[in-house]
Amino acid sequence: MSEPAYERISAPHVPPQPERLVALAGNPNVGKTTVFNRLTRMRQKVGNYPGVTVEHKTGSMLGPDGTPITIIDVPGTYSLNPRSLDEEVAYRVLIGAMEGSRRPDLVVCLVDASNLERNLYLASQVLDLGKPTIIALNMVDAAEGAGIQADAGKLSEELGVPVIPMVASRGQGIEELRAAICGPLPIPARRRWKLDLAVEEKADALAHRLERDLPALSPKQRFSDALRALTQRGASFFEVHHTPAFWSEVREAREALERAGVSSEQAEVVGRYEWITPMAGRVLERTSLPKATLTDRIDAVLTHRVAGPILFFLILAVVFQSVFAWAGPFMDAIDGATASLGDRVGASLPEGPIRSLLIDGIIAGVGAVVIFLPQILILFFFLGLLEDTGYMARAAFIMDRIMKRVGLSGRSVVPLLSGFACAIPGIMAARTIENQRDRLVTIMVTPLMTCSARLPVYALLIGAFIPAGALFGFLGYQGLTLLALYLLGVAFAVFAAWVLKRFVIKGEQSVFVMELPPYRLPRLRDVLWRMLERSKLFLTRAGTIVFAVAVVLWFLATYPEVGPKPEIETRRAELTQLLSGTSEGERSAELAAGLAEFEDEQAAYALSESAMGHLGRFIEPVIAPLGYDWKIGVALVASLAAREVAVSALGTIYSVQDADETSSRLVDRMRADLSPRTGKPTWTPLVAASLMVFFVLACQCLATVAVVRRETASWRWPLFMFGYMTALAWAAAFVTYQGGALLGLS
Amino acid sequence: MITLRDLKPGERAVVVGWAGSAPPIRLLEMGVMRGTEIEVVKLAPLGDPIEIKLRGYHLSLRKQEAEQIEIARVGSSA
Repeated sequence: MSEPAYERISAPHVPPQPERLVALAGNPNVGKTTVFNRLTRMRQKVGNYPGVTVEHKTGSMLGPDGTPITIIDVPGTYSLNPRSLDEEVAYRVLIGAMEGSRRPDLVVCLVDASNLERNLYLASQVLDLGKPTIIALNMVDAAEGAGIQADAGKLSEELGVPVIPMVASRGQGIEELRAAICGPLPIPARRRWKLDLAVEEKADALAHRLERDLPALSPKQRFSDALRALTQRGASFFEVHHTPAFWSEVREAREALERAGVSSEQAEVVGRYEWITPMAGRVLERTSLPKATLTDRIDAVLTHRVAGPILFFLILAVVFQSVFAWAGPFMDAIDGATASLGDRVGASLPEGPIRSLLIDGIIAGVGAVVIFLPQILILFFFLGLLEDTGYMARAAFIMDRIMKRVGLSGRSVVPLLSGFACAIPGIMAARTIENQRDRLVTIMVTPLMTCSARLPVYALLIGAFIPAGALFGFLGYQGLTLLALYLLGVAFAVFAAWVLKRFVIKGEQSVFVMELPPYRLPRLRDVLWRMLERSKLFLTRAGTIVFAVAVVLWFLATYPEVGPKPEIETRRAELTQLLSGTSEGERSAELAAGLAEFEDEQAAYALSESAMGHLGRFIEPVIAPLGYDWKIGVALVASLAAREVAVSALGTIYSVQDADETSSRLVDRMRADLSPRTGKPTWTPLVAASLMVFFVLACQCLATVAVVRRETASWRWPLFMFGYMTALAWAAAFVTYQGGALLGLS
Repeated sequence: MITLRDLKPGERAVVVGWAGSAPPIRLLEMGVMRGTEIEVVKLAPLGDPIEIKLRGYHLSLRKQEAEQIEIARVGSSA
């Protein structure tokens, strides 16, 4: 463990905060989101804690006298001992040591009545913090359904704090909880569980020592802090607030305990459960014999040996099909809106660089990202549904064996599959992976899954260069090519995960222990709300960076400005002269067509002379072995912002205004383009294949890089990702092109 | 010594110890400890991980973890 600098747990001169701050803690799958949403009635703010990836969610509610109360959503964890980032953040939020949040006045700990024993483990850790605490005993209906009656009064007696029974999904008990939150603060309970005596002695000594170091803490907090230091293994994610002298005492105490054959970690967990298990027996009353629950009956099908995997793939097929099919019209609408916004701005502004920057740079560039919003909304809707019903854990259960092969766990399946729609939600979905090492590997390989932004590029190239015929009469070559590209992405993701896990991202082997929560009817409002939240994160995060990059790309593509190409001007004059003899109507039509042609040519000329054109030529030696000329180089540079920009860049290069992947004029011009050096076509099926392979593997998406930067809280991993993916893309495209050429393909 | 891995779906057992040097703390925190009664519910479709039931809830863990949990059978469930 590193020896951290001394840091006070709380600043001594914090002005009194009149507004009550309430922390809502609890295990995963206990309906915390529902309680939070109901209490705050969606008056919420979502963000990230500074420097880390854990979501910081606060909401506000009004007390009976109208005073505002702030509720902070603590990450759902099974424990406050820091074995995962979430747990560490949860602990620090509760003690008020998290940057960006102050110390809560009251803790509401949500426990599941139908799963009381394990839930009380976290509750006992929360109680030890010595704060005023209320226990919200949720899902008493589910417990009753399982034949168990939970006695809230008795639980309150046993724990020494108020207990409020509730069924949050139906709103029962919410008003009681609200009243309790607003009422007088309950007295903190004393610790009632017994710790192994040897460990207790050491923890006491350490707590005593903290009296000098941290006089601001209450005795209870000091003891729990000392016990925590004693039981903590491995480095902390955060700067720890103890002095080096304290840590050396901790080390000595640990060594002494180890010599005596006592594990302080084990003693803590066992001590708590030894208190909890008999207490749960006194609080719970079995009212009927245990019978097969609805969850058991659903699981008999959904995790069935044969039906389980089939249904898993069917569910995924439906999800991804809807992501594509349902999003289509909305994406078209956004596309149309972007275009019409551009037109309207264009009509109201005079011709000039500002107008061009606004329309071609900002509106088009940001529009290229916003267009993915429908897909993200739909995917998050389904992911939320799968998560809230409890199916997500089953998906991980079914797929774990396969993911284990490449060193990941079943938890990575859904983020990776989300990558098929867009890497960004996939990377964000990786938050559900508890093990930081697995999470990092998953983030690193998710962009290799074929996302929808690659589709326009594939569609253009496949449509242009892959013959329309069919294998065996029904398997179209074009469709097969698309399938091959998807499979190539998956294969490389698996390969990269294996390599990263084995050689690059080291760390402890994860213990895959996952709860299979009961199936529950999701609350639509919670699912929709989370979908909106996540989409907002996507828009603000990706939006800001994409905005900046769109501006940069516009400058690169616009400057240095060149005047009209003399050759074009001469021909324009010739055309005007030539047409001067013909009749009025004919002349204007032909003239207009001719002028449009010249304008296109002029645009292509301007682009080729711009910084972007020079960049394309500059990288030509590097990409020539892949079969690309400078024009493809320009498309590659432009597509650094977003893959699909390659299509519109090619459109500009080949002088086709408003190119999209269905533009046949663009296809015709690409096919007809001859290399000035060799006189051979610039584009061949082999070049197209090489370029598609490049697109499968390259990290041409600044939004992804930006999100990885956010999610890993450092530049190291996004830069590494960009580097390894680009190298991989180059190598694979090289092998494709040169190998194909050796085989005599063209 | 038999371990959790040796149990078939439907069989029940009590945890009696740990095969490894120390129990994984994560398992302890989830309530798997000496004296805990466990029922094996099923195996995943591909044979690993396994689903167990303890303290009234369901948990899945891999066979490599199950192998570390030493148990004594207590007769099968009805």
